[in-house]
Amino acid sequence: MESIEQIKLRIEQAIPGVILEIIANGSPGNPASIRVDPEHALAVARFLKDDGQLRLDYASNVTGVDWPDKVAQQTVKVLKMVDGVEKEFDAKVETREPGFLEAVYHLYSMELKHGPLVLRMRTGDRAGQTHLPSLTPLYRSADFQEREIYDLYGIIFDGHPDLRRLLMWEGFEDHPMRKDYAEPDDYEFEPTAHNQVLAKARRHYPPKASNG
Amino acid sequence: MADIGMESAVGISAAGDGAGPGYRLLAKESPEEEGRFLEISMGPQHPSTHGVFRMDVLLDGETVVRLKPVFGYLHRNHEKIAEGTTYLGSMPYTDRLDYFNSMTNNWAYALAVEKLAGISVPERAEYIRVITAEMTRLQNHATLMGFLLQDLGAMGTPLMYAFREREKILDLFEAVSGSRMMCNYMRFGGCRVDLPSGWLEETVRLVDEFPGFLDEFEALLAENEILMARLQGVGVLSAALAVNAGVTGPMLRASGVNYDIRKVDHYGIYDRFKFRVPLGAHGDCYDRLMLRLLEMRESIKILKQALKQIPSGPVIDPKVKIRNFKPKPGEAYGRIEGPKWELGFYLMSDGSASPYRYRVRPPSLINLTVLEDLCIGQKVADVVVILGSVDIVLGEVDR
Repeated sequence: MESIEQIKLRIEQAIPGVILEIIANGSPGNPASIRVDPEHALAVARFLKDDGQLRLDYASNVTGVDWPDKVAQQTVKVLKMVDGVEKEFDAKVETREPGFLEAVYHLYSMELKHGPLVLRMRTGDRAGQTHLPSLTPLYRSADFQEREIYDLYGIIFDGHPDLRRLLMWEGFEDHPMRKDYAEPDDYEFEPTAHNQVLAKARRHYPPKASNG
Repeated sequence: MADIGMESAVGISAAGDGAGPGYRLLAKESPEEEGRFLEISMGPQHPSTHGVFRMDVLLDGETVVRLKPVFGYLHRNHEKIAEGTTYLGSMPYTDRLDYFNSMTNNWAYALAVEKLAGISVPERAEYIRVITAEMTRLQNHATLMGFLLQDLGAMGTPLMYAFREREKILDLFEAVSGSRMMCNYMRFGGCRVDLPSGWLEETVRLVDEFPGFLDEFEALLAENEILMARLQGVGVLSAALAVNAGVTGPMLRASGVNYDIRKVDHYGIYDRFKFRVPLGAHGDCYDRLMLRLLEMRESIKILKQALKQIPSGPVIDPKVKIRNFKPKPGEAYGRIEGPKWELGFYLMSDGSASPYRYRVRPPSLINLTVLEDLCIGQKVADVVVILGSVDIVLGEVDR
């Protein structure tokens, strides 16, 4: 397969207005990845799939990654007037880098037997702007995997034919794979008819004082 | 190309297409169609679903019109657990993914970590990995064929024939790892312990005897009239759809696509062995069954070569840290050709002792993408057979 820089150049030539960025990989011997802006992602994927030299017809692995807001504290020297004398104080300044959710696609070619090309997309933030375009219209293999990302990370894939929760149940509200997910301590408790029986029994047999 | 089999041939719209609860298979029946369709729920305790798996099936008479698989009964968020533990801490947990093939699960995870951290594997360990992986393939395929025949109604006997052979292999796994199914045998940079004395001789004997079982099984199956009537032309998967839907493993090759990761990636030392990749011509259930028989014969070829060539030496790279193992920040995707499919692990490190992102590519789940396409237009009794020929393990589907 061509180098990732060449692929980036060719995509930029083929699709005007596309914004691409090569994300380096710190692990030696492993491929870097290309970040695509969500507006052009479907066009880029179609180009990669139909291009004669690439023919990336097989989306092997589709997954999400959560990057929470980064809060960095820095200590800054601040000058303050105390009793008419200028003194230096330490002050803490918080810098906040907004987090985002990421969808990662590993594309291979079954026809030409090469790969992978790693494609990434990022959402605007983690709360309101969690929409990304779905690649399921191009790759059926993304169908269940995008549903899983929607379920566990909360990325909403526009254009997905059947976006429902995959593993968690209907009516479950949170997204368990997010880094800040806190497990509720009682979600397995469900009032059943048996609880009524127990409550009734307690009236007739008051619990004895615990003796260990 | 864009919408291969996306909608069923019959023009029924499902309620709640899109996000949100309240999904129902059949939205509303028009008055003239009232009573035409029957919606049944197969599973999650149905014995043919090989675990806790449910299918919502819409029937017109006996013909399947729509089918939606429902997952999550065995979900324990394996990935989240792995992100909270050390790299090595997830190794025994990978056994529980596809509990038939714990050796290959171990290998896939070890391979991903080795790629991430740039660890090399000693020669002898590579051979041990190939030998155990191919033995896993033998027992998986044998058991699958037994289960598929059981789904067809051949209660007991063929499955017990397969289990008899599987037990011999599991005995050898127990001798090498201490456990029949949950082997937890491989480590980053090699294997946990060396083979016990006499193990290789036992394995050579097993490999020599195994073709006898295959011949027996083949005589039982090939050109069996009932089998051909029930399997041929049932659940046909086209090559284009198989590639597009990311179907891998024997199911893909039964549709005639030549893609075997042992040949494509040459991971481990697979480039040293001579073997062929069997391909199917029709992509139906019969091809899927018979392809596994052929794959077992190829596995035996690999095993014979590996058992002859295996050198002596260390089984684990002594430079690899077992404790306080912290790879450099980066990411890696390692994949192997498991007995059932392409099993991949996607790991992201942030330099700490536990992975920042740990992802299992669940091939059982992805192969089920096409289940609806295979079943539409077939009889409800064939749904069981088609699901059996896909060969899933729910421990991996739900993770």
